[in-house]
Amino acid sequence: MRFMLLQNYGEVESDCPPMAQWTPADIRAHIEFQQMLNRELTGRGELVDAQGLAGPELARFVVWDGIGAPVITDGPFPESKELLAGYRLIDVETAERAIEIAAQASAAPGPGGIPIRQPIEVRQVLSAPDPEV
Amino acid sequence: MTTQVSTEDLLRELAPQVIGAVARRYGDFADAEDAVQEALLAAATMWPADGQPDNPLGWLVRVASRRMTNQYRRDGARRRREELAASWSLAPSGPSSGRDDTLILMFMCCHPALTPASAIPLTLRAVGGLTTREIAAAFLVPEPTMGQRISRAKAKIKASGDPFTLPPASQRAERLRSVLHVLYLLFNEGYTSSSGPDLARTDLSGEAIRLARGIQAAVPDDPEVAGLLALMLLTDARRPARSSAAGELIPLAEQDRTRWDRSLITEGTGLITRALGQGRAGEYQVQAAIAALHDQAGCHADTDWAQILSLYGLLETMTGSPMVRLNRAVAAAMAHGPETGLAMLDGLSERLGDHHRFHSVRAHLLELAGDSASAIAEFRAAAARTTNLREQQYLTTKAARLATEPAPFRP
Repeated sequence: MRFMLLQNYGEVESDCPPMAQWTPADIRAHIEFQQMLNRELTGRGELVDAQGLAGPELARFVVWDGIGAPVITDGPFPESKELLAGYRLIDVETAERAIEIAAQASAAPGPGGIPIRQPIEVRQVLSAPDPEV
Repeated sequence: MTTQVSTEDLLRELAPQVIGAVARRYGDFADAEDAVQEALLAAATMWPADGQPDNPLGWLVRVASRRMTNQYRRDGARRRREELAASWSLAPSGPSSGRDDTLILMFMCCHPALTPASAIPLTLRAVGGLTTREIAAAFLVPEPTMGQRISRAKAKIKASGDPFTLPPASQRAERLRSVLHVLYLLFNEGYTSSSGPDLARTDLSGEAIRLARGIQAAVPDDPEVAGLLALMLLTDARRPARSSAAGELIPLAEQDRTRWDRSLITEGTGLITRALGQGRAGEYQVQAAIAALHDQAGCHADTDWAQILSLYGLLETMTGSPMVRLNRAVAAAMAHGPETGLAMLDGLSERLGDHHRFHSVRAHLLELAGDSASAIAEFRAAAARTTNLREQQYLTTKAARLATEPAPFRP
């Protein structure tokens, strides 16, 4: 079964500052953690895709009524904390395993190596109907 | 040391000639390219098991032709052409060399009707002999998506009605420019891309170099072709020093120059020196000359910035590109101090808008000028706007370092 593990720019549960204010060593440790987690999931045959998204500064919202010109809104967005920052798409045996991976991702290290407790949104990807028997 | 060529290398070497032979015989590049792709896949599985045939080229042409014939047989509307084709000899047609075929194929694949995004994968498959699966993996898209992109590209070429021959002499120079542009973008894709997790990716830069070598062998007297190949070699020479073991970007100024590939630098420098000697300087030659100056400096401080500055001036005259002006500002800062460079940036923001490169160059120059607070803000602005993961990490770390570490002593 496939799950999307989503993380946005929203505030983390710990009261750590945004990454731009961390020390270089803490930033490096955080990046290495993410890469290691991806390698581990690849090694277990569970990772489908993992991507980080470019910053909210480059985000656009597009709405079209099918007639006139599309309405394109760009930032800065007052609700930019709700924007998606990145995701992992995983293919796992059980829902419990998806929760386990989300927990691992949530405890990514922040300043001083303390887990940042990043909220991870766990969403199952709808699958095709089962073949008729 | 063994000189035995692996099946994979041999197939990739032969791919353009097989397509050339089949396309000429059937007069249809698009279908021939599909049939040859299937023949290559068949060879890749059969040869290692059954042994290589005595005449590998003939084997591939025969298998691909059989597939063409079978497909035409299924396609009733094509019966007449099938009969025509079947009446031809099965020997590889004519003494056409691999070089000619490579060149014709490059012109086809980099057809002006195509965008680079579709010309690049088609080139990799038809000229580079890569499989659709390998190309899809290199660009991180599903295999069927890449297959469609290639098919649509071929349909456009077919619609253009161009025959499978070299373009007429009057169009040759312009068509060669599109070929070089596609190879340049392919090289850059391999050199800068690192999206997604660290999955194994086909070496796109190496592939661009291999293809550029093929073009250079076919048109050895074109100085821009030599210039592009030299630019690739001189840039690729720095690759071993360009990222840390953990994959972090290391900027030119901080690279361990002992790790640069000396043989590539020697080859590239020789190429660009001979090309410039022809007295027909072009954009790629100027860029290669700049790359050569960087490669020749024993350390960052020894770089001949004055000459690099004048080369960027020449390049700006040729291109009028604001990106070139940005690089010229860096060279000016290095030659005459950061204030000179910063002053050159002032008029640029309107033309470059909110581009991350504008912010990162400003950040570096502000840092050089000792204005840490403004540099931090610019590094953060650049990090927020880049679309390259490695660059984002580098810029964020740069800002963090300035913000958390004491300012270095400045005499």
